[in-house]
Amino acid sequence: MKYRALVIGAGISGMQAALDIANSGYEVILVEKEPSIGGHMAQLSETFPTLDCSQCILTPRTVEVGQHPNIELLTLSEVVDVQRIGDAPGSDGAAQEGFNVRIKRHPRYVIEDKCTACGDCAKACPVVVPNEFDRGLAARRAIYIPSPQAVPAVYRLDPDACLGLFPLACGKCAEACNVGAINYDMQPEIIDEEVGAIVVATGYELYQDKAVAAYEYMSHPDVMDGLEFERMLSATGPTGGKVIRPSDRTVPKEVVFIQCAGSRNPEHGVPYCSKICCMYTAKHAILYKHRVPDGQVYVFYMDIRAGGKGYEEFVNRAMEEDETVYIRGRVSKVFPTDDEVMVWGVDTLTGRKVEISADLVVVASAIIPSAGSRRIAKMLGVEADEFGFYNPENAEMTPVESGLPGVFLAGTGLGPQDIPETVSQASGAAAKVLSLFQAAQAEDRARAALEEEGAEIDSSSAAVMEAV
Amino acid sequence: MGIPYFPGCTLSTKAKNYDRSGRAVAKVLGLELEELPEWQCCGATFPLMLDDSMALIAPTRILYQAQQAGDRVATLCAICFNVLRRSQALLERDEEMLERINWFTEEEYEGDVYVAHFLEILRDELGWGEESGGLAERVRRPLTGLKAAPYYGCLLLRPYDEIGLDDPEDPRILHDLVRVLGAEPVNFPYNIECCGSYLAVKEPEVPESLSKDIVASAKEHGADVIVTACPLCQFNLDYPQRETGMSRKGEKVPVVYFTQLMAVALGLPEETWDFEDHYVDPRPLFEEEDGATED
Repeated sequence: MKYRALVIGAGISGMQAALDIANSGYEVILVEKEPSIGGHMAQLSETFPTLDCSQCILTPRTVEVGQHPNIELLTLSEVVDVQRIGDAPGSDGAAQEGFNVRIKRHPRYVIEDKCTACGDCAKACPVVVPNEFDRGLAARRAIYIPSPQAVPAVYRLDPDACLGLFPLACGKCAEACNVGAINYDMQPEIIDEEVGAIVVATGYELYQDKAVAAYEYMSHPDVMDGLEFERMLSATGPTGGKVIRPSDRTVPKEVVFIQCAGSRNPEHGVPYCSKICCMYTAKHAILYKHRVPDGQVYVFYMDIRAGGKGYEEFVNRAMEEDETVYIRGRVSKVFPTDDEVMVWGVDTLTGRKVEISADLVVVASAIIPSAGSRRIAKMLGVEADEFGFYNPENAEMTPVESGLPGVFLAGTGLGPQDIPETVSQASGAAAKVLSLFQAAQAEDRARAALEEEGAEIDSSSAAVMEAV
Repeated sequence: MGIPYFPGCTLSTKAKNYDRSGRAVAKVLGLELEELPEWQCCGATFPLMLDDSMALIAPTRILYQAQQAGDRVATLCAICFNVLRRSQALLERDEEMLERINWFTEEEYEGDVYVAHFLEILRDELGWGEESGGLAERVRRPLTGLKAAPYYGCLLLRPYDEIGLDDPEDPRILHDLVRVLGAEPVNFPYNIECCGSYLAVKEPEVPESLSKDIVASAKEHGADVIVTACPLCQFNLDYPQRETGMSRKGEKVPVVYFTQLMAVALGLPEETWDFEDHYVDPRPLFEEEDGATED
């Protein structure tokens, strides 16, 4: 067996698993489809319940991943094929041999070793498109770096936005680049590797369908989702941490948060609870109030699910210290008025209809598995539920094992969960990989020893027999 | 043969203008509505108790009449439509209930009549025909410049699982119709809110306060006229404006049936428009060009 692991996805979960394995002395191939690593955690402003700066606790990890001698980081890359080596899984006593994996590396059009991240290319680029990292709240150029803290710290040329890739019609960025790092002729690369184990950490995205469209999300600029609000709160975000209304750039004084937007909605959204929204909404309320002390926050909720150490206290803090008004009930309608957003709902504790003329509405959209997870599940033979979340072999006793030898699961690809849980799972999955490698290596050593001493053992036992 | 048609009580009494304009429009479009030979009230509310079989007798008898007349029945009244469509859906999935009612009525309803709102027949059978062959080609007097606010209310759309006529949160069918007739559909946030319905009888102040918001919102969004497919919505929005209008500035907004708007746009004679009995007179909106005024 090749004592090397493949980790799919370089969010906090995949990074944690990769670091744990790499720090134990084994090689890791870490594959990420985005241009930089860190996943959604890199987009967050602060984390609950400690209000740690997300970037500050994440950046040491991303840098360590980027520099680790045992980690081969492949960004803009996808795993396109996995073949098991040796016997099929499940056959009794079969040796675990590992996998042949094929990775497709999409061209960055910027040579990673040459790029110094000076940014001259982006200044020369004439194309302006929404920045995905800032959830469209800010713009970027066709050649860009997703965020100042991006790892790898290199630019990337977006071929869909670029004017001149085929045929070369613009070329301004290449002209501006002093180190000659831009190569328009870069082609997709196919990389074949052998690994002994795989950790799947493909993560989540936010639901963006009918159940949030009903709240005017996607049609009204002052209705945003939780990640957009995170970007706005973030000191490195598009507003430098100031809370403003996208429509007119004023400071919103009345902000409505709608929890369970798409979650727990079997008719129009998804039936399950997205688990983290109660906590991050409380966090948003607190952080908003820190920035706008004379503002007022309203939270529509179904019930508060704050199960975790310090979580209940955190929600109470939002209610008591930051005077957030929690309204138990669902929102029936959101619609634009002259310069505000009208929110209709019901307070089920008083039985009264509630109408709030809000400056800003934030929907806590449901968590759904990331787009590629069904494809990954099919390719690996991992079971997934009807929504596309991976099913572990046994949810209680083997929560990070897929049931297939050598394939382990971690992170929000398994289901909605918060950062501490995700990190624990990732370390759990890494431990499973390490024990697999250790056991296989012990077996290798034992076999080698047996082969070496085989004759002696045989003769001595024969001698024993003869003696009898 | 025409389309079997169930007018219902309201369209035979208070809302004759809806019935007459509907029949006139249907006739000119070759979709003639043929009244069921024998019918009675549908009950006007769909029973929500699971064991309330008695309230299903009336709708089942109507469905049986429709079965004898063809395989479908058209309605104009949104309330009748709601009751019949939901009863049909229930009888289709609950065979035991169907047997029970058939046993009582001594009629053999088979449980598979298609209950259609006339709007649905226009959309699905005739087609809007913006490209070819549909309603658009029959428009003789396009309602150019008229800002018409479609008001759907509840019963035409909900509950979606059983009604399924259109998206219950963001309906389009009346918007599309209004556009085909040459008018400009006005989207306003109250277009699927309840008008207060039967509370007009018991607690009239409830629909009066609800309709105030609806009418004011339509006016704020620029509506010249509100268009509806329900006699109770029409009454609840129109009647409270009998003395003073309900917009912020006290302006009145006429409330018409979509069939009346069609009668105008299809170039039918004025007597089929049937605007006489409205509390807010819609006629000034449709005066010939030379005297046309807005508000």
